[in-house]
Amino acid sequence: MIKKFDKKDEESGSGSNPFQHLEKSAVLQEARIFNETPINPRRCLHILTKIIYLLNQGEHFGTMEATEAFFAMTRLFQSNDQTLRRMCYLTIKEMANISEDVIIVTSSLTKDMTGKEDVYRGPAIRALCRITDTTMLQAIERYMKQAIVDKVPSVSSSALVSSLHMVKMSYDVVKRWVNEAQEAASSDNIMVQYHALGLLYHLRKNDRLAVSKMLNKFTKSGLKSPFAYCMLIRIASKLLEETEAGHDSPLFDFIESCLRNKHEMVVYEAASAIVHMPNCTARELAPAVSVLQLFCSSPKAALRYAAVRTLNKVAMKHPSAVTACNLDLENLITDSNRSIATLAITTLLKTGSESSVDRLMKQISSFVSEISDEFKVVVVQAISALCQKYPRKHSVMMNFLSNMLRDDGGFEYKRAIVDCIISIIEENPESKETGLAHLCEFIEDCEHTVLATKILHLLGKEGPRTPSPSKYIRFIFNRVVLESEAVRAAAVSALAKFGAQNDDLLPSVLVLMQRCMMDSDDEVRDRATFYMNVLQQKQKALNAAYIFNGENTHCAPSLNLRALVELTRLSVSSVPLANTPITEQKTEFAPVATSKLPEKPGPTRQDIYQEQLAAIPEFQGLGSLFKTSEAVQLTEAETEYVVRCVKHTFARHMVFQFDCTNTLNDQLLQKVMVQMEPSEAYEVLHYVPAANLPYSQPGSCYSLVRLPEDDPTAVSCTFSCTLKYLVKDCDPNTGEPDDDGYDDEYVLEDLEVTVADHIQKVLKPNFAAAWDEVGDDFEKEETFALASVRTLDEAVGNIISFLGMQPCERSDKVPENKNSHILFLAGVFRGGHDVLVRSRLALADGVTMQVTVRSSDETVVDIILASVG
Amino acid sequence: MDTVTLEPSLYTVKAVLILDNDGERLYAKYYDGTYPSVKEQKAFERNIFSKTHRTDSEIALLEGLTVVYKSNIDLFFYVIGSSHENELMLMAVLNCLFDSLSQMLRRNVERRALLENMEGLFLAVDEIVDGGVILESDPQQVVHRVALRGEDVPYSEQTVTQVLQSAKEQIKWSLLR
Repeated sequence: MIKKFDKKDEESGSGSNPFQHLEKSAVLQEARIFNETPINPRRCLHILTKIIYLLNQGEHFGTMEATEAFFAMTRLFQSNDQTLRRMCYLTIKEMANISEDVIIVTSSLTKDMTGKEDVYRGPAIRALCRITDTTMLQAIERYMKQAIVDKVPSVSSSALVSSLHMVKMSYDVVKRWVNEAQEAASSDNIMVQYHALGLLYHLRKNDRLAVSKMLNKFTKSGLKSPFAYCMLIRIASKLLEETEAGHDSPLFDFIESCLRNKHEMVVYEAASAIVHMPNCTARELAPAVSVLQLFCSSPKAALRYAAVRTLNKVAMKHPSAVTACNLDLENLITDSNRSIATLAITTLLKTGSESSVDRLMKQISSFVSEISDEFKVVVVQAISALCQKYPRKHSVMMNFLSNMLRDDGGFEYKRAIVDCIISIIEENPESKETGLAHLCEFIEDCEHTVLATKILHLLGKEGPRTPSPSKYIRFIFNRVVLESEAVRAAAVSALAKFGAQNDDLLPSVLVLMQRCMMDSDDEVRDRATFYMNVLQQKQKALNAAYIFNGENTHCAPSLNLRALVELTRLSVSSVPLANTPITEQKTEFAPVATSKLPEKPGPTRQDIYQEQLAAIPEFQGLGSLFKTSEAVQLTEAETEYVVRCVKHTFARHMVFQFDCTNTLNDQLLQKVMVQMEPSEAYEVLHYVPAANLPYSQPGSCYSLVRLPEDDPTAVSCTFSCTLKYLVKDCDPNTGEPDDDGYDDEYVLEDLEVTVADHIQKVLKPNFAAAWDEVGDDFEKEETFALASVRTLDEAVGNIISFLGMQPCERSDKVPENKNSHILFLAGVFRGGHDVLVRSRLALADGVTMQVTVRSSDETVVDIILASVG
Repeated sequence: MDTVTLEPSLYTVKAVLILDNDGERLYAKYYDGTYPSVKEQKAFERNIFSKTHRTDSEIALLEGLTVVYKSNIDLFFYVIGSSHENELMLMAVLNCLFDSLSQMLRRNVERRALLENMEGLFLAVDEIVDGGVILESDPQQVVHRVALRGEDVPYSEQTVTQVLQSAKEQIKWSLLR
């Protein structure tokens, strides 16, 4: 057996591990020789090594067996073999939490820590403190104090570090050793100095004054240890942050002076501290940046890494401060350490110019497969930011991203890339086809369901409108064949969109749908059946309602199954009605459509108002709230009374909510209301006054107005408003109001009701389909000249804000350097009529605008055109 | 960007690892609860190894931690700290560990020699880092404190077999030379 584990056993051949296949039970069995006399140090040492090795490999020891081995081990203290004794200390530390009654070795350890053998003393202190509790600590307190100031550095360091570990458990005891720690801090040994400083700070950190004094002392006297300097810098920067002292404080000067220390570790710590300080000016950063710049050319990889990582942080806030280092960073982009190269490139992408982008991207793509996911995400984020900064570079980026997509990587990384590609597609119409092609390729081999469904949805939305939609069908149908349920369902929805928009593809899509109807999953079958039925009708209106602009949940992986089945039944039952006019079918589905539409945009704010208004008895029976406007100021800022108005539109009425604030602390207002004089045939039905309006507490009063029924085209009206109230003067000190008051009034600015108040924004994801769905029954067209408008952008902005409708198809963004543009707007008019506006704009000496309006109701069309004119 | 100022503390090192060239753990010491279970530790070691064993580039950022490393023949040494930690401090620990072992193993830093001197490794790491605090950074001091006993085991403590064995070895070596 001895031979087997002998150090010089060469026979076992290279590559073998003497500790391999160690059996815990066998080792514990061997541990019995600890009890033999005389002790064989060499064999015992081997067995202890094996035990520690097993513990180190994560082997689990039961309490019983550990205790048994521990007690056997205690006998080894009889041997005077140095290494064996040291291994005993280690075993004690390793087993302190596993074995029971470890405190029986206290006296042996105390003897060693105070003995003559310096080699034993440090480790014995550390082992002893590992097994000691608060009560026992007091028993050895005297020895600890002596050890802290011992002239042997290893003893002193051990005592200081052990004390630091004990602070958590026995703060009150360790606190009494401050004087000894103070003495140790002036030791010549650099590690003792460092440990003493660490312990002193830990004991004093809650006392800011003491910390400040300590800093003052050490920054003046100077220290030898670079570790201690790093610690001092950290303490100083923390104190700077807490006291919010300016950068002219002596602490900041100290940190700055450390930039000239002879140890790189200290210089870097100081530079990093300065960079991380909040509100640093470029001038204060400059010295830190210049030392980091020096480090960039260091032969040590760790130093280069540290420098460029810190510079990367600076570049986020102060890109201009880093520009000076561009040359040094350029040298790092070919660094063999890929982390350094990546950080250098992403920093350069932040600070560099457009011309350097191509080169940097090429460089980074040469090694992107070698870096860790953390850095890959950093790279993708940098690219994403870059695409927004330099949209013209999209082809380079797209290429790069597609290569990255092909590489291995985790979900976070892939998602970052997919999101980035999608945002490029949305920003740049020219990049759409290449982007979609890359994404198609990606879903061919994509293990992340969420990403696959997201891309399929995008394909369904964008694919049918590309020049050659047929090429996407293959990719989508492959998913139906190969993937999980959620992806299959999303693929079916995407297929349906192709069938609905491309007549020549419809027959093949129907064949594919038929195949999907035999899917093993309910969800997929339901969707296929539903779309099959809708598509077979070949009616644009149905397609528009149920395939493109249907519930957005269609694309979500977990679709509300029951709702869909219900819809499917509805559509199946509608098959016999196929020959009846579309309008009739529409009425059948109308309740579903109209009840949903007004809820879509910003339900939260409107819901709150709806609830508030429903609580007021006068406003019951108005129906559901159709639209709530943004607040309009009716007073100048900083006047005595501040009044703003929110307009609530109902089917036949409007409610004006006046939020009033009294800014006079010597007045109490009562019975506050706003009297309104309409310019048109609007009729004020009710005033709901605010009973009390004390100083600085906002209150609301309301007016209910009936919209003119006989003249539906009168959508705009001007009200002249007057605030009426009863004033009671108050004592400004006590706030007590007088008993008597007097009536007063205050003239407010006029309040306008415009066409926008009658229209709710609705987003139609596919405008063309919606346009066909509404049909040209009530279509009207007119041309206007907008003389005062100078640019297309301005015209588009004006039209949107005037009509209060939702721009679709991203048509609110006018491409640069174009002389004409088409704006698509969608909305719902009060009463539930869809309104669509197509506005062609041409720029020539002012803007000429041709407006085409479609709606399901003729009056609405007239109203819109009349109001534009 | 995180502007968290580091809580000034002596607790610098989160873990010290030594893996062989198959990524198997030869030594691992974790000083805080970042990876509490053996399973998580092994998973982390696999990840670290797969990212570092092909490149000899000294430093990396993994799972939000700074890892400084060094490889020699068939051994991989790692020192791990928080990503806010001063990288040079971690590097000082790594260098100290490597240089100490190098002296103790007489420049023969490879797996076999290390496995034959595991007790030396255990004691050296114990002298360099204590509970996450850097205890010593000077390899000379570490070697001195470990004071690993040489080959001069007193004969009185050796068994007859051992004496014979070592005699055999010495003859064999002299023949080989």
